[in-house]
Formats: sequence, structure tokens, C-alpha cells
Amino acid sequence: MLYNFATVFVFIVFGALFVGINLTLSRLIQTRNPIPVKLSTYECGELPEGSSWIRFNIRFYVVALIFLIFEVEIVFLFPWAVVFKKLGMFAFAEMMIFVFILIVGLAYVWVKGDLEWEKPRIVPDQRYATVPQEAEAGELVA
Amino acid sequence: MPTPVFSANLTLTNLVTSVNNLSETFTSFLFMALGAIIITGLAAVLALIGVYLERKISAHMQDRVGPMEVNTEIPLLKKIGHGWAQTLADAVKLLLKEDIVPDAADKRLHLLAPFIVFAATLAAFAVLPFGKNLIISDLNVGLFYIVAISSFVVIGIILAGWSSNNKWSLFGAMRSAAQIVSFEIPASLALLVVIMAVGSLNLGDIVAFQTGGIHKWLIFQYFPFNLLAFLIFFIASLAELNRAPFDIPEAESEIIAGFHTEYSGMKFAMFFLAEYANMFLVGVVISTLFLGGWSSPFGSFLNGSAFFQVFWIALKAFAVIFVQMWLRWTLPRVRVDQLMYTSWKVLTPFAFVAMFGVGLWMVLLK
Repeated sequence: MLYNFATVFVFIVFGALFVGINLTLSRLIQTRNPIPVKLSTYECGELPEGSSWIRFNIRFYVVALIFLIFEVEIVFLFPWAVVFKKLGMFAFAEMMIFVFILIVGLAYVWVKGDLEWEKPRIVPDQRYATVPQEAEAGELVA
Repeated sequence: MPTPVFSANLTLTNLVTSVNNLSETFTSFLFMALGAIIITGLAAVLALIGVYLERKISAHMQDRVGPMEVNTEIPLLKKIGHGWAQTLADAVKLLLKEDIVPDAADKRLHLLAPFIVFAATLAAFAVLPFGKNLIISDLNVGLFYIVAISSFVVIGIILAGWSSNNKWSLFGAMRSAAQIVSFEIPASLALLVVIMAVGSLNLGDIVAFQTGGIHKWLIFQYFPFNLLAFLIFFIASLAELNRAPFDIPEAESEIIAGFHTEYSGMKFAMFFLAEYANMFLVGVVISTLFLGGWSSPFGSFLNGSAFFQVFWIALKAFAVIFVQMWLRWTLPRVRVDQLMYTSWKVLTPFAFVAMFGVGLWMVLLK
């Protein structure tokens, strides 16, 4: 089995090597004429406004977090699935209880609206408005 | 467990060792390297064929003919016609193109991204069974390994988008990451259904379970739950490949080229190749898991030699790829919130239903 994993490692190395060889080959025979216009950031002809390394919307983080929880659940499900044929009803019921608890989690996230891509835009109550809408600029709404 | 052709056939290794006075590890390494080189070449050629097929199939579906001009003067090959050398010409063009790295970009990460994307995609080819003894590396955790290594592609994509220092690239990369990651869940759950039915993560075992004729293919077992798992995995794999109708990350008309906007020349070619190699990988994985792998649908007829086994798996993989291309040129692109809705609110619940159904069936009736 160690031999098989070593084969896989050699594969990964060769994959990287393949890319390296191709890039080097390209570097040897390509033209190189870097002028400032070519090296500027592409934005359909406009001049880009500020760096793009700024904060982006939190919904990506929320999706990643939910993914992480379910991925850990799946990691626990893999070994169970492999030996499932030899186990009986008890193991099945036990694992289904575990899955059910996590499905309750999915339902909670669903109902709470964390799976929505577009959060409903809440109009701030005039009495309690502190930060004006325009001050929320500077955040990517992707 | 089938003995892989390229693995430690120790008598042969000993023979070479005694004859050439090389160390045993070096000879083993030679065999591994040989396998790696063959499969790398195969993946690259298949990716090029995939590009050509895509252009021709999309053309015919849109009632035009696609590339027809590019040809050679070599007499036999010239007869093939139909612009077969188009991809070759494209490859040469990309080799000769200047590699423009924007001033504002992070140069090292910009260089690293194609390596990660391509190496991760290629590494998954190591466990694919192309025949009874034609596996490079017969891992006992083959399926788990494929899922794991395909997830590395997300890292490469995010690196590509981030390092380009371009808002379009960043949008494309983050959306692509969110998409791939969201569809991992239903895909893995659908795989769990297969693993439960077979009882092993080894791809060779999974194919062995399905040999004996078309009625033994996993897509027809435990009806309708395995069919549901097949559909879920197929749809999820479309999203993992960033292919239409889930191709927002590369939405040509919306965010230019998404995460590979700032890539030109060979680096772009690496992303491109990785996508089509990945498509072939998914085709072979789906064929192996659900459609019987290298075994013939007629049972023992046309099942004997390695030639037929490779023929069957190639046929099935290309059929899957054809359906994927068909869907690309038929369906419109989904919006990003519709995509998230599909993954979390449609596919995941159905995947849980499939898993529950198969589990209950196996426990109560077997």
C-alpha cells in the first residue's frame, strides 16, 4: 500500500513537472515586450479604481462555514459506509440519528436565511438610523 | 484485488536489479515514473481531443460546422480533414504567446496557481481503473482519494483569482470556490450511496462488483435510490467542473474570463487543459461508479482482453462527456443564487433521502 501511495506522490510531482516544463518551454520561445499598457490590470478598458485586495462579502464565509460542518459529517460517514454491509440495523439507526441531528442543523440554517445569496435589504428605521446607507461603500457585493 | 501492471512485480524487479545492478527502489521509481509519464501524456492528449470535440459538437448543435480549415500536408492525415489539427495549432499558438503578468499582481502566487490546479487534476488519474490490471495505483482508499485531491483545485482557483489583483478575477474565483464547495456535499453524499452498496472504497472492487452484465451496473441497483444518486452526482460534477449551466466563474459575457482573466499564454493553457482533463476524469469516475467501469454490458461477451476493457471504459466516459457538452450548449446559465439554492436546498436533501433509502433497503431486505 505504501508503494501505491508513493506512486501517487510521483504522479503529483510529475504533474507539477509537466506544468514546469511547458512554462519553461513557453518562456524560451515566446516574445517578451512588456509595456505599461499591457501590464495594467484589465477592466474592460477602464482604469481600475483602487486595489482589488479589499474586503468582500461575508456570504462566502458563511457558505464555507456551512460546507465545513457538512464535510466533517461526511468524513465521519465514509468509514461507516465502507463497513455498512456487515453491520446491522443498530449501526444504521445510530448513524441516522447522527445524520438527523445535522439535518436539523441544515434546516435551522435554511430557516434562518443563511443559505440565501441575496439577503433582504432592511431599510433602517428612521428613528434609530445612525450610519447612513452611503457609508457602506468600500465593500464588494459579489 | 487485481495486480496493477505497473506495480511491484517483484520478480521482474529482481531480474532487472540483478542484471543491471540498480537498486530496487530506483527500479520501482522508474516504473512509477513511466506510468506517470504515460498518463500525463494521455491526459494532455485527451484534453486536446476534448477541446476539439467540444468545438465540433457545439458547432453541429448550433447548426454550423466549427473548425474545418486547419490541416496538414501529410497525405494520410490530410484525408481526415474537418479541421482536426485545430487544437494542435491552438497549443502551438499558446506556447508562442507572451506571458503577461500584470504589474499589480502577486507574481509568485500568480505562477503557483496553474501548478496546483493541473497537478491536483492529474494526480487523480493515478487511481482510475482502465482495465482489470490497468490501474497505476490500486489504492484501497481510491474513491476517498479522488474526492480529496479534486478539492485541491479550489485552492488553485482562489490563488489565481486573488493573485491577479483584478476585481473580476476575485469575483470569479470566490464564486467558483463557493460553487465547488457547495456542490461537494451532495456529490460526496451520492458517493456514499455507492460505497454503501459495494462495501469498499477501492475502485477496482467497485468495478468488480459490477461485472457480469448490464443488470449488475450500480445505476440499476436499489432502484430508484442509486439512480437518484447518479443524477445528483452528475449534476454536482457539472458544477465542480465549472461547466454550464454552472459556469458563472467563466461566464464569458459577464465577468470576462473569471479567475483566469489575467492569465495568458501557457499558464492559461494549463487552466484550460486542467478543465478538460478534469472533465475526462469525471467521465471515467462516473462510468466506474455507476455504469460498470471497464466491464462489458453483455456479461462475458467482449470482456476478455485489455483492449476491450479500455474500449468499454472509453466509450462510457466519452458518452458521459458528450452528455455534459450537450447540456452546456442547450441550457442557459443559472444565476448565482439559483446555483446556491440548487445545491443546498434541492440536491443535498435528495442526497440524504437517497442515502437513507439505500441504507434502509440494505438493512431490511438483505
